[in-house]
Amino acid sequence: MKLLIKGGRILDPSQQMDRTADLLAEDGMVSSIEDSISIDDAEIFDARGLIVAPGFIDLHVHLREPGDEYKETIASGAAAAAAGGFTSVCAMPNTKPVNDNASVTRFIIDKAREAGLARVYPIGAITRESKGEELAEMAEMKQAGAVAVSDDGRPVMNNQVMRHAMEYARDHRLVVVDHCQDLNLSAGGVMNEGRYSTLLGLKGMSGAAEESHVARDIMLAELTGARVHIAHVSTAGSIELVRRAKAKRMAVTCEVTPHHLALTDMAVVGFDTNTKMSPPLRSEDDRSALIEAVRDGTIDAIATDHAPHHSDEKMLDYDHAPSGVVGLETALGVAVTMLHQAAGIALARIVEMLTVGPARAFSLHGGTLTVGSPADITVFDPEREWAVNPQRFKSKSRNTPFAGMRLNGTVIATFLSGRKVFHIE
Amino acid sequence: MTFKRKDLLGIRELEVEEINAILDSADSFKEISTRAIKKVPTLRGKTVINFFFEPSTRTRTSFEIAAKRLSADTINISASNSSVTKGETLIDTARNLEAMAPNAIVIRHPSPGAPHQLAKLIDASIINAGDGAHEHPTQALLDAFTIREQKGRIAGLQVAIIGDIMHSRVARSNAHLLTKLGAHVRVSGPRTLIPPFYDRLIEESEGSLTVCDRIEDAIASSDVVMMLRIQRERMSEAYFPSLKEYSVQYGLTLRRLELAAPDCIVMHPGPVNRGIEISSEVADGTRSLILDQVTNGVAVRMAILFLMVGTEGE
Repeated sequence: MKLLIKGGRILDPSQQMDRTADLLAEDGMVSSIEDSISIDDAEIFDARGLIVAPGFIDLHVHLREPGDEYKETIASGAAAAAAGGFTSVCAMPNTKPVNDNASVTRFIIDKAREAGLARVYPIGAITRESKGEELAEMAEMKQAGAVAVSDDGRPVMNNQVMRHAMEYARDHRLVVVDHCQDLNLSAGGVMNEGRYSTLLGLKGMSGAAEESHVARDIMLAELTGARVHIAHVSTAGSIELVRRAKAKRMAVTCEVTPHHLALTDMAVVGFDTNTKMSPPLRSEDDRSALIEAVRDGTIDAIATDHAPHHSDEKMLDYDHAPSGVVGLETALGVAVTMLHQAAGIALARIVEMLTVGPARAFSLHGGTLTVGSPADITVFDPEREWAVNPQRFKSKSRNTPFAGMRLNGTVIATFLSGRKVFHIE
Repeated sequence: MTFKRKDLLGIRELEVEEINAILDSADSFKEISTRAIKKVPTLRGKTVINFFFEPSTRTRTSFEIAAKRLSADTINISASNSSVTKGETLIDTARNLEAMAPNAIVIRHPSPGAPHQLAKLIDASIINAGDGAHEHPTQALLDAFTIREQKGRIAGLQVAIIGDIMHSRVARSNAHLLTKLGAHVRVSGPRTLIPPFYDRLIEESEGSLTVCDRIEDAIASSDVVMMLRIQRERMSEAYFPSLKEYSVQYGLTLRRLELAAPDCIVMHPGPVNRGIEISSEVADGTRSLILDQVTNGVAVRMAILFLMVGTEGE
């Protein structure tokens, strides 16, 4: 099986490549990149005028299976990933049951293999049932295929448990991923604490609720030598803490979501529950700090925190509606529109945060088009405009804050091991 | 008519002319309540639903009396908080209400924004009777009406609002309304109960909004002192140490009231915790307008119902 992608602009930050060339994949692997390749028996994909990038990697998605299949399944989530240009996604463990043992890990991997539309890397729980008390069987989950551990959404509050988790994870070469939120400081909060929460009478979550846990994690990482990944940083203060840790050459990485780069808490005016997520949309000062952190390299990855919810659930009042938005199918468009077009950030930097950046953070294969690596490839048009129509999502859920928005940057085709898993209609 | 909105959701989005239209109209409706037969046929054949997701006696009764004095048919529906936590979606609530073909729905809901969400789904006029800590527009309108009636104006007055500013929809709606009409509003209370950026709550206006660290500074030479109800459950949430300490530190006593202007009036949206946020001497004193507020509430709500429902189809 051969695939020849002709005439595209190959943008691969893992090897500082930005050239117009042909790319040949054989047996699911990248076999050569040359100015011009001619071969008779290959499937040809004409990529003239398009960007050819390594398949995108999302470090943070919720696929809801097992347990909440009415929101999303591994198959529908993988289809949404392919449509968004993602060939690899890391699935958070907050399923029902929680992915806190190897049998759940294996179930996820088997389901993903059946779907065959994206690589799904399970993230195991840090603690049993993510209750924050006893450690989950990390080593067995790692053997079954888990790539990291996290109690995402239910952050470990007990500092001693977190310390032990880091020490244990370090021995087993697992990255500890933390949703940083002090649950006491943020109790009852449904949006960012600031001018708009005061205006709307909604209970706020302060930046300090996030930052105090970022600081704790960095201190514990220093104490234990663990690799720590800060999920969805959302405040200027968190960025400052991560920047300082990186300056000390600590093994601390971080991700940012497209929605935190694009929107602020002003979007909550009007009470659209698709603006409710955790961490919440922050202030314009925070958003600017995130964009600067993208520019200066502090951010390792763009991760969507894809969190499908049924529209019935989002129809509740703001206090009771569940937190979270889908993001796989809008990530590229939002990143190109908000970072490249509006903030002048190079496309190569955006691609870096979608490919080699996340690959390095979790030590994943992929994120590169070097010869011999898997032919996971995303072809996109950075100029082409489209309007977000949630009804057309491959995801089972429609909860996006970007409905109706016009975005530039369209995924044209996605290849997984040289096999086309998405092609725009 | 200068009031053309389908819904009354908050004060923040109202223009000064709209506020004045309601207050002026309330002037004429107040007289009806002094008649022997307190009823006019203005809203005959119209239906007003009072839909309360939170317990309320005075606001619901006030709306009910207002609607009845205008000859509207009124229906009270109380949804217990449990039906909210059970998760009846707003779309289901909306469809059920629409099926009863009301002209106006007066809604109180513990979650900020619920009336706004419903207003997008329902053709009937929605009147916000309090949504969480967000807004309580009819209370602010009746407060402004009461102040205007006593002082003859609102522009230029110094108004102190004291107490649990954070959880108070009354304070928010009053801050918007009084500053739009040119008053200078000072708020104060325990710092734990004042949310961040409160002084940036309002849009540009003739008036001003200031947060004072000490309640004495807020009260000093005020023309109006408005006290807010303190809820006991705030104590268990560690906002302040005890009701006793609260009453000593933040309660309105005759001595504190001496700091205000000599003709200062005292208001409270009720229900009053006697001896806690306000001493009985002050609450029952000559400067207290607490019962006038209740009386005026009916007139203001009659005006609102008339302006929103009574002119339909004309």
